[in-house]
This record gives sequence, structure tokens and C-alpha cells, in this order.
Amino acid sequence: MTRSAVESTPVPPQPDRPDFIRVDHYSFFYGDKQALFDIDLAIPERQITALIGPSGCGKSTLLRNLNRLNDLIDGVSHQGDIRIGDVSLYDPKLEVISLRKRVGMVFQKYNPFAKSIYENVVFSLRVAGRSKRKELDAVVERSLRSAALWEEVKDRLHQSAFSLSGGQQQRLCIARAIANQPEILLMDEPCAALDPTATLKIEDLIRRLKQQFTIVIVTHNMQQATRCSDRTAFLFMGQLIEYGATVQMFEAPKHEQTEAYISGRFS
Amino acid sequence: MLTPAARFATTGRSRKGEPWVWLTAAGLSVGVTLTVGLLALISVKGTSSFWPDRAVQIESVHDGEKLVTTGFIVQKRHRRDAEGVQHDEIQVFRGNRELYGDAFIFLDRADIRQMTSPDRVWLIERLEGSQVLGEPLALALHDGARVEASSPDFRRRLNALMKEATAIRKELRRVERREIGKINHQLEAIRIREKADDPSAANDAERATLQSRHEELAATARELREELEQDQIMLTASDGRTLEVPVGKLLHVFEPNRAGLLARAAEMMRRAWSFLSEEPREANTQGGVFPAIFGTVVMTILMSLFVTPFGVIAAIYLREYAKQGPLVRVVRISVNNLAGVPSIVFGVFGLAFFVYFVGARVDEWLFSSKLPTATFKTGGILWASLTLALLTVPVMIVATEEALAAVPRGMREAALAAGASKWQTIQRIVLPASLPGILTGVILAMARGAGEVAPLMLVGVVKMAPDLPLDIVFPFIHPERKFMHLGFHIYDLGFQSPDSEAAKPMVFATTLLLIAIVVTMNLAAILLRNRLRKRYAVSSF
Repeated sequence: MTRSAVESTPVPPQPDRPDFIRVDHYSFFYGDKQALFDIDLAIPERQITALIGPSGCGKSTLLRNLNRLNDLIDGVSHQGDIRIGDVSLYDPKLEVISLRKRVGMVFQKYNPFAKSIYENVVFSLRVAGRSKRKELDAVVERSLRSAALWEEVKDRLHQSAFSLSGGQQQRLCIARAIANQPEILLMDEPCAALDPTATLKIEDLIRRLKQQFTIVIVTHNMQQATRCSDRTAFLFMGQLIEYGATVQMFEAPKHEQTEAYISGRFS
Repeated sequence: MLTPAARFATTGRSRKGEPWVWLTAAGLSVGVTLTVGLLALISVKGTSSFWPDRAVQIESVHDGEKLVTTGFIVQKRHRRDAEGVQHDEIQVFRGNRELYGDAFIFLDRADIRQMTSPDRVWLIERLEGSQVLGEPLALALHDGARVEASSPDFRRRLNALMKEATAIRKELRRVERREIGKINHQLEAIRIREKADDPSAANDAERATLQSRHEELAATARELREELEQDQIMLTASDGRTLEVPVGKLLHVFEPNRAGLLARAAEMMRRAWSFLSEEPREANTQGGVFPAIFGTVVMTILMSLFVTPFGVIAAIYLREYAKQGPLVRVVRISVNNLAGVPSIVFGVFGLAFFVYFVGARVDEWLFSSKLPTATFKTGGILWASLTLALLTVPVMIVATEEALAAVPRGMREAALAAGASKWQTIQRIVLPASLPGILTGVILAMARGAGEVAPLMLVGVVKMAPDLPLDIVFPFIHPERKFMHLGFHIYDLGFQSPDSEAAKPMVFATTLLLIAIVVTMNLAAILLRNRLRKRYAVSSF
């Protein structure tokens, strides 16, 4: 795919692809330490896929490889391939920056920039060299409305992002992640640093965002996985143990380990 | 048998660690006491040097010879002479160096017969020569008239003459510095043109007009100088001799024993202000230190302008781009060690590299017409600032690296995940967030650089610079000019002065001023940093 094709973001009016993100016999190494073992899974378009598993199982590693954020770490290597649509993430001709424009990301600890609310939202557009005032204004309103934050902040868009509460800051981060209309939204335990009320708000938001985005969410919280996701993948020690529809997996897990984990016998 | 509580009770003081508390506290106290003591000494001596004392008249007899001394008691001392006899002496400032050869005298307390407070004594500051102490006698005017000091007209006439003289001096300065300077500049331009193989008749004609104008101006200046010399004020010194001082050279008259508290306070303010705003006189022992203040501030600012981008860029490479490995570690250790190199080494390097190498090249390319007169191939404020920038760059790099490392990882990842390139992340997210830390580096560099003297002596500081590095003469900024510096001024006053005794109060005042300037510049940077910190504060839970 050429770069210009990547930048024209409108979602194509095609039926949703069942294997929009294709992780293909993928192994990943931090130096000598192998973090992912031969992962093979297909993530469907415009659905919510949850990655669950105990700490250190590799779910965050897998998520962070979907936009190649792990490339920042020295000495990483991989085997296998990941494809989004028909583009391989490891195509030597692919520019990582153009990939990241297709994939928004929300982090565990809300991390707004030390800028105004407005500038936080339009950051991805600014770095893409888009600075028409009218366009930016429209993007800010649209993104903040999508992130259910508009009503709360519309009168103080030019105040520091740090003046917001934790839940609001995380919603601001979501608005920032979707501002440039990516196709995929990666969420790395987006509610881990929030209180229950804020968590419910964000979960609500995630379910609504599904109409527009393909969402991959890492979570520690079983209830959250059942509440939000359509499909769930259970990882354990870098291996994909089980992957399927969330309802099925939580009601009738096929693997013993899955059952042990979701019933809370180990974590 | 021990109760359970007793078993856990500590027995000796040493078990509680109390000796260590006392030792560490004592260490801190010694340090604080020394620092506070030093600052207090400098502050007291520095400010009190402006306070006008009362003059005393001392009658003493030494070896049967009677001596009357009028002056100010400077200090007391005990001295044991060659025979081991103890002498209790006072040191008196009596001015009038042309009469006595030395402005100070030591008097043995045992010789002193009488000490009175002379009511009519005047303290006069003049353009050249030491201060004058004496009782006014009369004014000898150029038309032969004489106004006695007892005449009610005396003070009024003197003030009028002094006012006139001030105007004449201003005019003289204008003629000598501006007008004659301009003509010299034009003559120099002609000389350069001729050197560039253009010996035309037009040049000769122009030179002739300029030279005649030069002579006219020189004649005017001579006349003005004569005018300054023509009226005299006569005073009686304490030993009865008469002293004649041209009124044109008088700067200020003060009556130390007639002034009340308010007048004294006003005199103190006047002295402090003239110290800050005037140029030095009498081999720097009198007058002010304005050129040195100016030179210090300009040099420090220039240095900060050089060191900041240089240090920040180097730190960005080290922290953000370079692959962290043994090589980067070696570079980092070397940078840290560079901060420990004696500053004089940087001075020598600056002299060899900036002055003799770069300066020589600059002269060849840009100022070849002026050769063999060196323009940049000699010490100047530009080379001094660059040398100090080199000296302080390790401080800057270390501080900036720490600031960059302190930017949360989450912020960088968020920026990258939003599609920013590495440079965009650094430029838009990392640098703004680390700006307060970078400013800390600037503060440290300024504090180090502003107090440095040794390297400057090699690359551009002089004891008396005729012109400031910034002025109203085109091109306004003169990076090649030599400059004065407060740190060097202290050294010069205290250790190189022909009259170090007279310069002592100035040494304290200058030291106080240097400390005040460094503190002020640091405070300005700290205020700026705090404002930035508020703006770029990183969130916490």
C-alpha cells in the first residue's frame, strides 16, 4: 500500500473482514529472552478483542507489536509476520510512522502531554503537518464528542490537560488516539489507573467506539473482558492458549489452564 | 531476669547512633558558619566602605617633632618592633598624596597628645590624584580676583564654577571621544583604501581636510583643558601647607564633620551610585566599576547563548540517538571529567585555538586590510565567552541529559504512537517537558562562568578598557573588543594596585557586587524556570 493510500483514512464501505489483523506464527524476543511463542490469531474488523492472561504472559508485548512500539527497545527481534489488511507490518518498504497513523493507542497510565486539551487532541494532526484552524477545530469537537468528553471541557479547551481528573485525562487520551481517524485502536489496560465510576464510563465508551474502530484491549479484569469484548484471547507464558468468542470462552473454556485462570485459581 | 522491654532497650548512646548525628550536624554547622561568615564579612565591609566617617585631627609628637594629621581612622593594629617593644598603632587616611607621598599614615597611640574633631575640614574628590582633605582658604579666579572662604559668597561661587566645569568636561569628552574618534576612523579608512592600491589625489585631498579638521578639534580640546585649569581653590592641609587644586578637576565636595545623619545617608547613596555608574579613576582605586559590571554581564549572557544550544544538542544526541554502549559510556565519563579540568587550561586552549588559530583566519579573510593590526587575533569578549562556554559545556550536557531522562516514558510512547517521528517527539514533547531541567543547567553554567577569572586573563580581560563592547558606534556590537570583568577587577585592585591600601574598600565593594550580580542572574533564571515548570508540569496521581 502506498503512503497516500494510508493517509486517506475514510473507512472503505466493504463488509468487515474477519481477519483484519492477522498474527501469523509470530514469535518475539527481547534479546535472548523469548516473550511470544508462535502466536497465530486473526482479529476481526470492528469488533472488540480482549487479550487476557497473567502478568508477564506477553499480552502487552503482543499489543505493542501491533503498532511496532516495541521497536524502541534495543535488541528486539521477531519471527513470523503480522498483517493489517493486506499490509505486512514488517514490509521493509513500510514506514512505521504511516503504520502508526492507522493505529491509535491508549495506555495503561493516562499520559496526556504537557499541553492544552486542544493541543493534546490535535497532536497527531500537527505532526502530520495539518494545521488548518478550521479542520483542527472540527477534529477536536468530533474526537472529544466520540470520547464523551466534549460537554465537560468545551469551555476550557485551552487549559492544561493536567487540570482534568484522572478519568477525564484517560478519555482525553482516547480522543487523542482517535483524532486522526485510525482504523485500529489499541488499549493497554485503559482502566487500570481509574476508579470504578470512571472505569464504567470508559467501558461504555469502548463499546460505542466499536462501530468505528477495530479495538484490541489488554485487560487484567475478567469482568471487563466479559462486559466489553466480542472475542477473547488467553495468553500464558508467551503462548496463545485459547482464542474464541468471549461468551463461549467464559462459559465453556476448552482448556484447563483457561478455566483455572478465569475462575481465579491463579493469576 | 530482664523484662521483654528491657531486652530491646538500647544501652549506650552509640547504639542510638547519636555520635553520628552530632558529627554530621557539626560538619554542616562548620560549613554553614564559614559561608555565612564570609558573606556577612563581605556584606558589612562592602557596604560600610561607602559610609562617610567623621574626620579627626590628631596632634602627635614623635622624637620631639610635632605632627598634626587630619584624616579618617581606618584601622587599629598591634606591632612589635625589632627590639620587641609593643606598639599600639592606628592607621589614618589623610589623602593629599602629592604633599605626603602616601595617603595613609600609621600613628603610635603613645605619641598622640590630642584628638579633636575639626569642624571646617573638607573632603574633595577630584578627577586626578588622591582625595584632598583640608580647610578651604580661598578661590583664586583667573581674572586675578580672590574669594575668601570666610566670604558668604564662597560656596555659591564654588558651586557655580563646578557646574560650569562639569559642562566643559562633558564638551571635552564629546570632542575628544566622538569628534576626534570619528576623524581618526575616517583617516584609517583612507589608509586602508590606499593600501588596497588606490593612491589617488582624491584621497590626499580628503586626508588634508580631515587633518586640518583634526587640528582644529585638537586646538578646541586644548582650550577646554586650559579653561579647566584656570580657576583654583586653595586649601590648608593639616600641617599648615597650602594646596591648590583646579576647580575644573573637582568632582565632589563633602563636609564630613558638618553633615548630619541624613546628609551622611545621602552621601552614602551618592558614593554607592557613583561606584555603580562611573568609570574607574586613579588606576581603578577611585571612581566606579561600571565598565566591569557591563563586561561581566555581557560576557555571561554571551556565554549562556553559546553554551545552551551546544550543550542541549550534544545531550540530545547522547541521550536520545546514540546507541547506549561502552562508547557512549566512555564519552559520558570524559564529559564529566572535562568539568574537572583546571580552568586555566581552558584559557590556554582558548588562546591557542580561538585567538591564534581562528582569530588569525578571521583577520586574514575579513580584516586583511587592517593587518598587521590584529582585529580578532587578540583577546576579546567573543573569544572569552566562547572559552567560558567550552568550560561550562560539561555542566550543561550533564544537566540536560538528566532532564531528558526524567521525561516520562509514557509521554514519548504516546507521541510515537500518535504517529510522530523521533525528532517530532523530541522537539514537541521531550524538549518542552525538560526545559526546566535545561534551565537548571544554564543556571549552573552561569554561576560557574560568571565567577571565573583565570582563563579570561588570557583571552580578553584587561584592567582598563577604553570602550564598552556594546555602544552607539556602528556596528554597535564589538565582539573583538577587550573588556573589563569584576572578578579580574578584584584581583587587579587587591594585588596589582599601586596603592593597595586605598583600594581595599573597593575590593570588598567589588566582591559584594560580583556576588550580587551572580545571584541576580541566577535568580532571574530560577524565576524563569519556575514559570516554565508551572506550564510544563508533569502530571502526578
